[in-house]
Amino acid sequence: MPYLELKSVSKAYGANGSRTEVLRDVNLAIEQGEFVAIVGYSGAGKTTLMSILAGLIRPDTGSVTLEGRAMSGPGPDRGLVFQNYSLLPWLTVAENVRLAVDQVFPEKSEAERAAHATEFIEMVNLAPARDKRPHELSGGMRQRVSVARTLAMNPKVLLLDEPLSALDALTRANLQDEIARIRAQQKQTVVLITNDPDEAILLADRVVPLTAGPNATLGESFIVDLPHPRDRKALNHSPRFRQLRRDISQYLLQSRQDRHATITRKLTLPDIEPEDLSIPRTMLGRSRPLRSSETREATVEVAS
Amino acid sequence: MKAFKFDWLILPLIGIAVVVLLWQISSKTWAKELPTPHKTWEASKEYVLKPFEKRGEMDQGILRFTWYSLILVAKGYAIALIVGTPIGFFLGLSKAFTKTFDPIIQVLRPVSPLAWLPLGLVLFLGAGKQASELGALFTIAICSMWPTVMNTAVGVRAVPQDYLNVAKVLKLSRWKTLTKVLIPATLPYMFTGFRLSLGIAWLVIVAAEMLTGRPGVGGFLWQEYNALLYEHIILCIITIGVVGFILDRLMSLVESRFKTA
Ligand SMILES: Nc1ncnc2c1ncn2[C@@H]1O[C@H](COP(=O)(O)OP(=O)(O)OP(=O)(O)O)[C@@H](O)[C@H]1O
Ligand SMILES: [Mg+2]
Repeated sequence: MPYLELKSVSKAYGANGSRTEVLRDVNLAIEQGEFVAIVGYSGAGKTTLMSILAGLIRPDTGSVTLEGRAMSGPGPDRGLVFQNYSLLPWLTVAENVRLAVDQVFPEKSEAERAAHATEFIEMVNLAPARDKRPHELSGGMRQRVSVARTLAMNPKVLLLDEPLSALDALTRANLQDEIARIRAQQKQTVVLITNDPDEAILLADRVVPLTAGPNATLGESFIVDLPHPRDRKALNHSPRFRQLRRDISQYLLQSRQDRHATITRKLTLPDIEPEDLSIPRTMLGRSRPLRSSETREATVEVAS
Repeated sequence: MKAFKFDWLILPLIGIAVVVLLWQISSKTWAKELPTPHKTWEASKEYVLKPFEKRGEMDQGILRFTWYSLILVAKGYAIALIVGTPIGFFLGLSKAFTKTFDPIIQVLRPVSPLAWLPLGLVLFLGAGKQASELGALFTIAICSMWPTVMNTAVGVRAVPQDYLNVAKVLKLSRWKTLTKVLIPATLPYMFTGFRLSLGIAWLVIVAAEMLTGRPGVGGFLWQEYNALLYEHIILCIITIGVVGFILDRLMSLVESRFKTA
C-alpha cells in the first residue's frame, strides 16, 4: 500500500460561471522514503497540487490518503515550504523558526529548542541575520528561512514548493546538496516541485511531469535509476542523465503543443499619438487630438 | 534646513495670524458680541497663567479642568477598547456573527452623543450621585467604540491567507493562532481604529460635561456661556482643539510604530 496517495483528484477554481478546472484526474502514489519530483510549467497547478498534498485545500473530487487513512487536514507531520515563503513579518528569523520548533517539540527543554533552531539557521547560513525581520532580507534569504523552518520541524513528509527558485546558482547548488544530505540521513518521504528538470533528476528517485494547464494532470513517471550520492559534475557526463533530461523536456513540450494557450492581457498604449492638426478644434474638446493613454485588451494565441 | 523651518514653522504661523486677523475684523464689524482676541486674552489670562489653581468647583485653572476631562475620557475610552476590540474580532472571524449583529451596529453607529446621554443617565439612575459620571462614561464608550470595532473587523478579514496557512500547517491551537498570528497581523488596523476612537471620545466629552454639569473643559464652557462670559468660551474651544490635536499626534506616533512591523 502506498504511503501517500492521490486518487482521481480534480480541483477547479472560480464561481460557477467562470469555473476553470486546474487539475483533472490526478493520480499519484508515493512509497515511504521515496523522493518524488514534480516538474511543470508555471501556472499549471503545481502549488494547487502541493496544497492538496499538505491538506490546506480539499480536492473537488477524488481522495487523498496518508498511511492508508483519509487526510483530514494540514499538520506538522507534512512540512511544507511555501513557494512565497510565508514568513510572519513581525517575527525575526530566529523567532519564525522557533515558532515551528516550539510547536513541534513541546517536550524538549527551552535550551534544547533554542539549540535545535540555531542548528537549522546555521545550516542555511543565516546565523548573521538571525535577529532580522523578513522585510530586511533578500528574497533568497527569506526562502532559506522558510526552508530552515520546515526542516527544523523534522516532518515525516517534506513538501517543497519550488524551494530554491529565488536563489543564485551557488546557493542553490549548496542547498540542493543540503537537501540530499538531510534526505539521506533522515530518510523522509519528499515531494519536490521544481521548474528545473536538472534539479529534479539530481535529487529525486522519480520525476513526474505535470502537463500544461488548464486541466493539468500528471504524466508517466520517469524513474531516475542513478546511484546516490549523485555528484553534480559527474552527472553532466552521464548518458543516462542526459537521456532523462531530454525525455522529460520532450514530454513537457509535447504536452504544451497539445493545447493552444491564450494569453489575455491589458495593454496600456503609450502616450505618443501625434496631434492631428487637420481636425478642427473647439474649446469643449469634443474632437480631441488623441493624447491620453488608452487601455486595450488583447488576446494572443500562443502556439508553441 | 531653512526650507524646513519655513514649511513647518513660518507657514503655520502665517495661517494662525490670518485667522486671528479675521477674528479681530469680525468682532469689530458684524459680530459685535464676539470678544476681540485681546479681550479674550485679558479675560483668560488668569486661567492660562495659573493653569492648576483651584478657586472653586467651577472656577479652576484651564489645565486642571482639562485634567478632569482627560481622566473621564480615559475611562470611557478604555471601556470602548475593552468592549470594542473583541467585538471587532468576532465580526472579522465569524460570518454568522457578522450577519447577526452588523445591521444593528450600522444602526447604532450614527447615533449622536446627545441622544445617548439621556439614556445613559436613565440607565444609571439607581447609582445616585454616581449617575452622571456613569452616564457620561456610557456615552463616551458607546460613541467612540465604533471605529475600533470596524477597523479591527476589517483588519482580521485582511489577514493574508499565507499567515493562516502557516498556523494551519503548524497546527497552532486556537489560542496560539489568535495571539501569534491574528493579533499581530491585525495590530496596524486596530491602532488606526484606536486613534479614530480617541478622537471621538474627546469630541463626546464636551457634550457629556455640558449636559451633566461636571467640572471639566466642557462643563466650564457651558457654565460661562450661561454666565455670558464669551471670552472663556473661546478659551475652552482653543483648549479642546489643542488637546485633541496633541492626542491625535501621540496616537499616530504609536500607530506608525506598528505600521512598520
Ligand atoms: N485561490 C485561487 N483562486 C482562483 N484561481 C487560482 C487560485 N489559486 C490558483 N489559481 C489558478 O490556478 C492555476 C494554477 O495555479 P498554481 O498556483 O497551482 O500554479 P503553479 O503551477 O504553482 O505556478 P507557478 O509555477 O508559477 O508557481 C493558475 O491559473 C491560477 O490562476
Ligand atoms: Mg506555484
